[in-house]
Amino acid sequence: MKKSYQSLEDNPTNNMIQVIYRHLASKIPYLGLVILLTFSTSLSAQEGDPVKGKTIFNTNCASCHNLDRKMTGPALRNVESRLEDEQGLGRDWLDKWIRNSAGLIKSGDAYANQVYNEYNGTAMTAFPQLEDQDISDILAYTAEPAKEKVVVDEVTSGGGGSSEGGISSKLILGALAILFALLAIALILVRKTLNRFAEEKGIEAAQKDKSLPIWKAFVQNQFLVLVTVIFFLLASAYFVYGYLSQIGVDQGYEPVQPIHYSHRIHAGDNGIDCKYCHSSARVSKHSGIPSLNICMNCHKSIYQVADETQQEGMDEYGVDYNAEIQKLYKAVGWDEAEQTYTGVTEPVKWIRIHNLPDFAYFNHSQHVEVAGVQCQTCHGPVEEMEVMYQHAPLTMGWCINCHRETNVNVEGNAYYTKIHDELSKKYGVDKLTAAQMGGLECGKCHY
Amino acid sequence: MSSNKKYWKSVEELNENSSIVETLKQNEFVNEIPTDEFLGDKETLESSSTTRRDFLKYVGFSTAAASLAACEGPVIKAIPYVVQPESIIPGVANYYATTIANGFDFASVLVKTREGRPIKIENNDLAKTHNGANARVNASVLGLYDSLRVKSAMKGGQDILWSTFDTETNQKLTDLKTAGKEIVLLTQTYASPSTSRLISEFKSKYGNVRHVIYDAVSESPALDAFEGSYGTRGLASYDFSKAMTIVSVGADFLGDWQGGGFDSGYAKGRVPKNGKMSRHIQFESNMSLTGANADKRVPLTPSQQKQVLAKLYSLVVGGSAQTDLPENINKAVQNAASELNKAGSNGVLVTGIQDVNAQTVALAINEKLNSKAFETSTPILTRQGSNTAVTKLVADMKAGRVGGIIMSGVNPMYTLPNVSEFAEGLEKTELSIAFSMKADETATKAEYIAAAPHYLESWGDVEIKKGHFSLMQPTIRPLFDTRQFQDALLKWTGSDKTYREYIKSGWSGGSFNKALQDGVYVSDTFSSAPNGASTTTTETSSELNDKKDRTFLGGVIHDVAVGVGIKDEDKDEYSTTTSSATTTTGGLNGTAGATAINAGSAARNLASSAKSEGLELSLYTKVGMGDGQDANNPWLQEFPDPITRTSWDNYLTISAADAKTAGLENKHVATGALDGSYADVTVNGVTVNNVPVIIQPGQANGSIGLSLGYGRTAGLKEEMMTGVNAYPLYQDFNTAQNVSIKKAAGMHEFACVQLQNTLMGRGDIIKETTLKIFSTEDRNVWNKVPTVSLNHEEVEITSPEVDLWDEFDRSVGHHFNLSIDLNSCTGCGACVIACHAENNVPVVGKEEIRRSRDMHWLRIDRYYSSEDTFAEDDTKKDEFSGLWGDKGSLGGFGELEHPADNPQVAFQPVMCQHCNHAPCETVCPVAATSHGRQGQNHMAYNRCVGTRYCANNCPYKVRRFNWFLYNKNDEFDYHMNDDLGRMVLNPDVTVRSRGVMEKCSMCIQMTQKTILDAKRDGRVIKDGEFQTACSAACSSGAMKFGDINDKESEVAKLKEDDRMYHLLESVGTKPNVQYHTKVRNTTEA
Repeated sequence: MKKSYQSLEDNPTNNMIQVIYRHLASKIPYLGLVILLTFSTSLSAQEGDPVKGKTIFNTNCASCHNLDRKMTGPALRNVESRLEDEQGLGRDWLDKWIRNSAGLIKSGDAYANQVYNEYNGTAMTAFPQLEDQDISDILAYTAEPAKEKVVVDEVTSGGGGSSEGGISSKLILGALAILFALLAIALILVRKTLNRFAEEKGIEAAQKDKSLPIWKAFVQNQFLVLVTVIFFLLASAYFVYGYLSQIGVDQGYEPVQPIHYSHRIHAGDNGIDCKYCHSSARVSKHSGIPSLNICMNCHKSIYQVADETQQEGMDEYGVDYNAEIQKLYKAVGWDEAEQTYTGVTEPVKWIRIHNLPDFAYFNHSQHVEVAGVQCQTCHGPVEEMEVMYQHAPLTMGWCINCHRETNVNVEGNAYYTKIHDELSKKYGVDKLTAAQMGGLECGKCHY
Repeated sequence: MSSNKKYWKSVEELNENSSIVETLKQNEFVNEIPTDEFLGDKETLESSSTTRRDFLKYVGFSTAAASLAACEGPVIKAIPYVVQPESIIPGVANYYATTIANGFDFASVLVKTREGRPIKIENNDLAKTHNGANARVNASVLGLYDSLRVKSAMKGGQDILWSTFDTETNQKLTDLKTAGKEIVLLTQTYASPSTSRLISEFKSKYGNVRHVIYDAVSESPALDAFEGSYGTRGLASYDFSKAMTIVSVGADFLGDWQGGGFDSGYAKGRVPKNGKMSRHIQFESNMSLTGANADKRVPLTPSQQKQVLAKLYSLVVGGSAQTDLPENINKAVQNAASELNKAGSNGVLVTGIQDVNAQTVALAINEKLNSKAFETSTPILTRQGSNTAVTKLVADMKAGRVGGIIMSGVNPMYTLPNVSEFAEGLEKTELSIAFSMKADETATKAEYIAAAPHYLESWGDVEIKKGHFSLMQPTIRPLFDTRQFQDALLKWTGSDKTYREYIKSGWSGGSFNKALQDGVYVSDTFSSAPNGASTTTTETSSELNDKKDRTFLGGVIHDVAVGVGIKDEDKDEYSTTTSSATTTTGGLNGTAGATAINAGSAARNLASSAKSEGLELSLYTKVGMGDGQDANNPWLQEFPDPITRTSWDNYLTISAADAKTAGLENKHVATGALDGSYADVTVNGVTVNNVPVIIQPGQANGSIGLSLGYGRTAGLKEEMMTGVNAYPLYQDFNTAQNVSIKKAAGMHEFACVQLQNTLMGRGDIIKETTLKIFSTEDRNVWNKVPTVSLNHEEVEITSPEVDLWDEFDRSVGHHFNLSIDLNSCTGCGACVIACHAENNVPVVGKEEIRRSRDMHWLRIDRYYSSEDTFAEDDTKKDEFSGLWGDKGSLGGFGELEHPADNPQVAFQPVMCQHCNHAPCETVCPVAATSHGRQGQNHMAYNRCVGTRYCANNCPYKVRRFNWFLYNKNDEFDYHMNDDLGRMVLNPDVTVRSRGVMEKCSMCIQMTQKTILDAKRDGRVIKDGEFQTACSAACSSGAMKFGDINDKESEVAKLKEDDRMYHLLESVGTKPNVQYHTKVRNTTEA
């Protein structure tokens, strides 16, 4: 899937091709015309390969430039022609600028200084290593016409495919149901017919003995009643107890958050360390919900997700990831066009998933930093969670089980040296569990 | 078996013909039960729309609905910062050094903040002076979250914008200047160099400006005397740790005398070392904290104090004094004088008599003694007020000679004795501005209220002692739209600087950021002393060197919590620097001679001025309330006075003999609570009505005491409007007044937390001995471990063979012990408030305290001796024989219940003793309280069902039961009932709910944090790192906390000390709290 998109996109006439794809046979002459046109335009500029250009652009320029948006630097779509038209500056100026912008500014070039000031005196990195051909390639890439949005038709048609399977299975089920109904009717009819035959032939169906009905017999047998009552009481006690003990246990709690944040994309696909965002887990009792400025470390430049990710979000989760990024910008007060903070902020009111009662003290740094427990041990496969949910029951029994089973990570920790020696002598063991260290005492968590 | 015994309920029954008996026989109840009134009213019952059945239905339904609704978990929001400040990590405390300087309390403190909220005040160990936060300073953090604070500038009761305030006041000030009218700045003592500079700039801009400094409780005579003798307006500084003989004439120097802050030095000298400790003789009329700690206390009236001082002068310095003191006092004075003379430079004399002659005499005596404890080159600057200036100002205002008045940090409408004159004068001013945190008595009368910030929101510099600078920095963004006085001055002088920039620009003491981080800076350019002892003081200071300047949001972190997320490269390093300051000696040169001459005549004046008839009143300030500016602080209101153990009140203290004469009485009602008569108190025609009376053992006959600081009427909640205002009696700013009292009708209900005042001869609760016995006799003589009989042999209770229980192995890991030295504990109560702040202890209010439902986890018991000394109590009890007769126990115990007229006093802080064999643990039916390996007795609130068995089985009575929900409950409208007040809560400690038991946890949250920090750093814990809130707050060093499994630790050594004993050791509970036998220095020199 991914590969095919890549090739489509790379083709200078990719939006056309989508159309052509279906009516290929009839539109071959038209395609030829388009290709001809494309080549003629690129001929008028310097020779450049937009495919190569894209690679070079992504390696060197993309962190500060975008084709259609202002970022740290200006938007670069048709930069060459625009320069020519608006400023009367040619390729040689561009070469100088790219290879050594600082030099150009120093030389007192008017336009160079104007650009420099316009972008708050942020000097562009010099790229002396770029060959003329490389620059041509980049410029060829920038000269490509803007691509239109992916046609939404395909999305729905793709979706239709999968739902068709659903319909067919329903059909089969329906057919089966009708079949069974017919069978049942047939059986009833057969029975009726047989009864009629029997009546006609005067055969009496064997009468049952007039013994006590079963319920009366049951009621009269007091022992049985007693046993049953006890059984019911026990069973209901069991269920009531089961019901009561799950009160306040919110395992699987998966609230809808104000911003659809996908741990799957961040921690899973991109492999960002949990503690990059939840940094206070190292030093504090709280793991900390990252402040929005942490998000902006990356999302200043990642203003939208890759198209295929966007597609995936729409298909599988019904989420417009790009819109979610916009929510972040709104909350943090980021003006995309100006690339500045407006100062108007709107703190995000996340819904807290893991709620320990106030009387239970839990310290993240104790577990994460001292014990070296993986975040996933308690929080589950977060890197696979599209929507975060509570993995563990967070009951006291769950805490205590872990404390009973887990060995304390004492190696290389001077604090434990003495106490470990003494305790292992006392218990005659090599490794110590948290429980043996006193991790089951009430006051260790309740104060 | 039949019996002819006749049982009778009353003597009346023996009278056969009694009609009452006959009537009573017929009626079971003496009073008719009013059932008819209720049931007979059929109409109402029937017409009621709710029948019994309906009622039950509703109850059933609502119970079911409530329990169903409770099953649904609430949705909890978590809102992170948009931009998280670098310094703040949620869940990790930051510490900032700052300074309190509210005009009454001055101290260098550390402020603990969590998520940007200040939650606790701690001592700043880097400060060399005034580093011990007292109870009020500890409680000051709650003042920040006072819901009654003024939230913006106000005019005539309406909020106005600061810009409006600026335009209007600027205009008016300019008008006043043009009209040539006088502008007066009436301020508290700021002791701030920058503020002084600012005020002089203000003066030069507006010309006709007068700056009057006003201390609500004045030390003006002492300042005048010091100024007269040494040329500087300040107070002599005393270091009591250098004194071996301390004589105090009416000076409560462990309380608020001359600004306080002397207790830690005093306590150092009280611990016997090598058979030596200081000897303290106290002449006083009220039973003060200082008198309670004295080795010898002589009760006498204020006028007799003057004579004593004059006499002491004649005996130490020379000359003669005409006195008519009673024989016993005369003898005591002569002994004191000879002890002083013998001690020479090791002696010191202080006085609290509000008389310039008395203060001059005191200075002269110390000068003569060449006292080491007496220091004049670095005077204390925390009191600057002048009585004459204030008196003149009130007169000028009344005469309409003052055009405008700007007040800051003062509340003259409450604290002045002549309030009506001031009010009249205030009305005559064209402009009046009050900088105030509350709409208090003065602010409500002023034209403008300028909302002032709390000190934890302010900038400032304070020169507490000459050359000793302390800096004040905000620890939180201003909660309200406030402006501090100095910023306003800057505006008025046309400066565009902020006060912070102003302080910084005038700073000359090295790195400003460094000073800000330390909170203190000691200038090395001491001015050389004109007089004074030849002393070379070598001061060793531990200073925090910072490799990186960590400047954050308006402040620099003072991160004592080393390792809270700070990487190795910027970890603070402690280095020890030694600085020595040599002060030159003046000896008895010309200047000193001149002083001596003045002092001689002063002594004569003093003796002749000491005339009095009738009762004399001594006004004083209470440890809990001070001058009354913190009256809206529930912690302080509920703080029991160390001496009377009474909270929520002030009262007249009177001796038993005088009370009898005046017909005043104290009695205990059925619940055991204390009631007292009311009295009307009249001084010079001014009467304060209905002052409740407490009979105070140790109160000098012919004298009565009354504390200032109560009876506030504005700017505080109704619950806090307690006591009576004594300021109207504080005439001429003199604490000693001739007074007449008259019994008034009614009885006052006191909220007293201790109802048993004596030890009843139980010497094993507070063990004490004399220095002589202590240094000559064996430990078994004065600190014997109780014994029990095993196989007809006396065996020590601590030995394992007489133990009911098997001992656990406690040798592994930590084993915490708290050590309390009864010798250095002065009873100041800072620990009580620190415990409140650290552990979210609720305030329960006067009514509940009266029902003995106080929630203090830590109490400081105060005991009086019944005989003259506790030792005599013990002897008396030991000599009881039989029930009846002279030495009979029935009458004898009754006598032992009554404190002596001048009793010995002992303080004993008691908290949960964390018994290794805890009686509470064995009786809990749900195992909610259990023992930890680290020696702490745990209390799991969520497990507790509230049977209270544990409290009943606790021999120390330290467990507290939550009779009610004390938070978010309008019945208890204190700080925990509003969002603002709850910001002071410690997030690491559970806020307890109704129906659970609670008690001291030995600050397990603090020990656990210390352990975690060490684990994270991978290091061994050093001695001194473990602290509890009380041990950290104790500036006198009485409380020490640590790990006794660390054999090198201080507590481990203290445990082996001969003075160590456990409370009620004979019970065999093996507590983890140690007490150290009190030693009194009764050796008369």
